[in-house]
Formats: sequence, structure tokens, C-alpha cells
Amino acid sequence: MLHAIPQLAIGAIDLAAAFLFMYGLWRMSSPVTASSGIFVAGLGMLVAILASFLYVFGVSAATRPYLTANIGLAVIALGLGGGASWWSGRKVPMTSMPQMVALYNAMGGGAAGAIAAVELLGNKAQGATQLVVTLIGALIGAVSLSGSLVAWAKLDGVINKPLRIKGQQFFNGLVMLATLSIGAYIAFVASDGAGQPSVMPGLIYLFFGCALIFGVLMTLPIGGADMPVVISIFNAFTGLAVGFEGFVLQNPALMIAGMVVGAAGLLLTLLMAKAMNRSVSNVLFTNFGAIAKHKPGNIKGSLKPAEAGDAGIAMRYASKVIIVPGYGLAVAQGQQKLYEFVKMLQAAGVGVKFAVHPVAGRMPGQMDVLLAEAGVPYDLIFQLEDINDEFSSTDVALIIGANDVVNPAARTDKSSPIFGMPILNADKAKKVYVVKRGEGKGYAGIVNALFYGDNCNMVYGDAQAVLVKMIEAVRGLGLAAAA
Amino acid sequence: MDSQITISGFLALYIFMLAAFSGWVIIGRVPAILHTPLMSGSNFVHGIVVVGGLFALLNASSVREQVIGFIAVLLGAGNVAGGYAVTDRMLAMFQPSAHKPAHAKSRRTKPHHLKKS
Repeated sequence: MLHAIPQLAIGAIDLAAAFLFMYGLWRMSSPVTASSGIFVAGLGMLVAILASFLYVFGVSAATRPYLTANIGLAVIALGLGGGASWWSGRKVPMTSMPQMVALYNAMGGGAAGAIAAVELLGNKAQGATQLVVTLIGALIGAVSLSGSLVAWAKLDGVINKPLRIKGQQFFNGLVMLATLSIGAYIAFVASDGAGQPSVMPGLIYLFFGCALIFGVLMTLPIGGADMPVVISIFNAFTGLAVGFEGFVLQNPALMIAGMVVGAAGLLLTLLMAKAMNRSVSNVLFTNFGAIAKHKPGNIKGSLKPAEAGDAGIAMRYASKVIIVPGYGLAVAQGQQKLYEFVKMLQAAGVGVKFAVHPVAGRMPGQMDVLLAEAGVPYDLIFQLEDINDEFSSTDVALIIGANDVVNPAARTDKSSPIFGMPILNADKAKKVYVVKRGEGKGYAGIVNALFYGDNCNMVYGDAQAVLVKMIEAVRGLGLAAAA
Repeated sequence: MDSQITISGFLALYIFMLAAFSGWVIIGRVPAILHTPLMSGSNFVHGIVVVGGLFALLNASSVREQVIGFIAVLLGAGNVAGGYAVTDRMLAMFQPSAHKPAHAKSRRTKPHHLKKS
């Protein structure tokens, strides 16, 4: 009877952990409670990991000679993997957050795949259902591992260009088909159908190999602008793989946590795709650059350059300013200067708000984090649907490093590739200043009609340098007034 | 193994269905401003896979299983620690304006999907 106590303890602690995960995520629904939310979830994780060492009381006789070594290896693996990741996670700059999340996601997928490998190679599956679920988990985990690694390489700049070859989709389909065939062969032919597989390891390695290759092939052709969708998808994939392996290991905590993450990833994927005006299948299977070349419509007007100092002074004497930051601001490392400028405007009695588009940045919500890092209070940061009506009553809209997300063609020009995409209506402000490096086009390569509008002036230059000039101009005003 | 839980067939599907539904509802409440920490946070949550890795490693009865189990725990632990570190760091950055925290609280706690668009 005594040997049942560890089992009971593990069961109870895993139950508590599953609850803490859900409660923690639930607390993340507001910036006020979010910080405690991740702490609650972390507590759940800690007790679940500690409790899993109780597994040593339930090992089979065949394991006993290995047990001491196993415990040692477990401690080393926890220390090494956890330590290295903790250290990297503590010092990674916020702009590199997307690739970090991709990397950690790859680790999760790899871990799920490795668990499946142990189960498969050890012939541990009981019954055909478990075998099939193990294989599905292995497939998704492996795809998530290699796909996330490619996503990491793309985000980190190791791979610069989307790789596209002729007949790529056909070839990808072939690899997928091969992977599924091997999986089906392992499940139904090589085993006797009752789930007692006597498969040679070679076949299993081949299965994993094909799945890994498919993950690489699937991610390679996807462009940099679509990365927010891709990271969300792989996050969901890893969640599913973890959930499936949880079923195989008969561990409900893994099943619940995995499925919750799977659903979360799916929801975020759909939100991102909607914000980019594309369907998920469109992101995965179509090359954005390949969409019919768009002829610049009949745009009237011209680009009107303005001095940074003049723009800064105009904002100083406005009563309401909305700032639209884009990824270009982060590239120029201008967030700190921007907030410094905003604080000067606020001190002068100007009402300043930030308007953030859902796809500003390389992953969902990255711009919000970058602004928060610079010290911008979250009650100044507004999302598209909350602020879009306010532009018409705004004196100055300042657009820094953003382009396609403020292109009015999305509302008006049916022939534009971004038609229908939700955009920030910055063009409706009384005055618009656009800070831009040069006259180039945005990520999508589309001419922006906003820049040619009567109410719009262009301020050319590096975002940070421009902001410094604006700060100096406004400070100069204050000095002149004091003198 | 008296208290070992056995989850099979429809019971598993029920768990999956309820968990997926809960996840959808919980995540749907999160405002867009927190989507990056949310993603790294859910990334951290699927790090629970490390528990499965520990199970596999502690029950390993051959060198091959030890090696693969070691990899599973190594990667899983990396997932957990990294996910927690970055999420915690990001969430600590979200601060309200010093002068009007009450206003911020009332506005931001409103569920995302209840707002009229």
C-alpha cells in the first residue's frame, strides 16, 4: 500500500499545477494583474517538476540498475537546460524577443518529439490508439522543432531571403505524404495491428527525419513580414504535441496545459492573420511577393518634406497628438527618445496617445512591449479599434517607422493588395507628419497615398536623429520663453 | 500502481475538448497590448513537457533511452526557464502612469471581446 503514496502525491500536485496554469493565464488578461499571473503559473511549474522526481518510487525492475544514473542525468539536464535558457532569457534585448520565443518553442517541440521517440523505440505504447497518438504527437513536435528553428534563423537574420523554388508546394506535399505513409506503416503494418509494435528503429528514425525535413521546407518560403503568424502557429503546434504526449504518458496535467496552449496559439494565429488581411492558408502556401504586381493608382499631390524642428514645434502647440510607431522606430532604437519627447509635450499640456497596430513588430504585440520598455505607461497605449475614431479630432498624427498600417488604400483602393486590411486612420488627422528614412516603399512594396495627401509632410531621416532634433527645437522654445 | 489514473478513448477527448475551450475563452480575454507576453507565457506553459521528459528519463532502462530522455529534459527545462524569464521581464515593464492609476485600472480590466469595436 505504501508504494501508492508517491503516485497519489504526483496526481494531486499535477492537478494543482494544471489549475495554477489556467488561473495564471486568466490573470494575464490585464496589465494590472499579469505580473502575478506568470508568477502563479511559475509556482505550478516548480511544484510539478519537483513532484515528478517521485516517479523514482514507481520504476520497473528493469530500470533499477539505471536509476541512480537516471536521477543524476535528470538533475544535470535540468540545471544545464534551465540555466542556459534562464541566462539567455534575462539578457536578450526586447527587439530580439520574437526569435527567443521561437527558440524556446523549438525546445518544447523537441522535448515532445524526444518523449515520443522514447515511447516508440521502447515499444511502450499500449494499444493501437496510443500508438497512433504517439506518432501524431511525434510528427507535430518534430515539425514544430525544425520549423521554429528556421523561424528563429529568419528572425535573427541568419536566413535573409525567403527561399522559393519551382514546384516547391508539390515537393513539400510529397515529403508530407511520405511522412504520413511511414507513420501509417508503423502504426498498422509493422505492428500487428493490436498496438504491439515490433518496429525496427530505422523506420522510426526515418519517420522523424521526414517530419523534421517537412518542418524546414514548410517554413523556408514564408516571408519575414508573415513571421507573427508563423510563430503563433508553431506555438499552437508545440502545445498540441505536448497535449498528445500527455495522453500517451497518461498525464492529465500535460494534456490540459498542452491543449490550452494549442487553443491559445490558434486564436492568436487567427487574430494575426485577420490583422494582416490574409487567411492562414494564404500565409502558409502563397508567396506574398508573387501576388499580381500592383500598379500605382492615380495618386495626386506630391511629397512635401518638412524640417524635424518645425514638426516638433507644431506638435508643441497642438492640443491633441497621436503617435503611430512602427517597427522602423525599433530598428532605429528611437523608443527612449520618443518617450522623452512625449514627456516634454505632456509637460506643455499636450494630450498624447500612442496608437499601435496589431502587426506592428515581428510578433503579436511586440510594439507594446518595446514602448513599455522605454517607460511609456500602458494607459497611453491604445489599440486600433479603441483609437481609430479619434484621429478625426486630432491635431497632429506623428507616424514613425510605420507605412502599410496607415495606408488609406486599404480602405479605398479595391485593386490594392492590402485592400480590406484594418488600418489606423491617421490620414483623417488635421496634420500628419511622417518620419521616414527615405522615399522608399513599405514592406509590402505599395505606394502610400497618405504621404501625398494635402495634410501630410514628410520628415526624412533616422528616427532617433529626427527625435533628437524635435526635442532640441521644443526645448529651445522653452528657453526663449523663459528669457 | 493502485492510484494510477487511466485515461482512454472518450475520456481523453472530453479532457481535450474542455481544455481547448477553456484556453480559447481565457486567451480571448487578453487585450492586444499583452499579446507578446501572452505568447511567451503560453510558450512557458507548454514547457510542462519537461515533466513528461523526467518521466521518460527516470524510467529509462537502456543507454539509448537515457540519451533521448536526457535530451527531452534538457530541451524541456530550457523551454520552461527561458519562457518564464522573458515573460516575467516583459510583464515587469508594463507600468501605469504615476498620476492616474485608478483610471488605467478601470479601463484596462475590461475584457477584450466585450468592447464594441
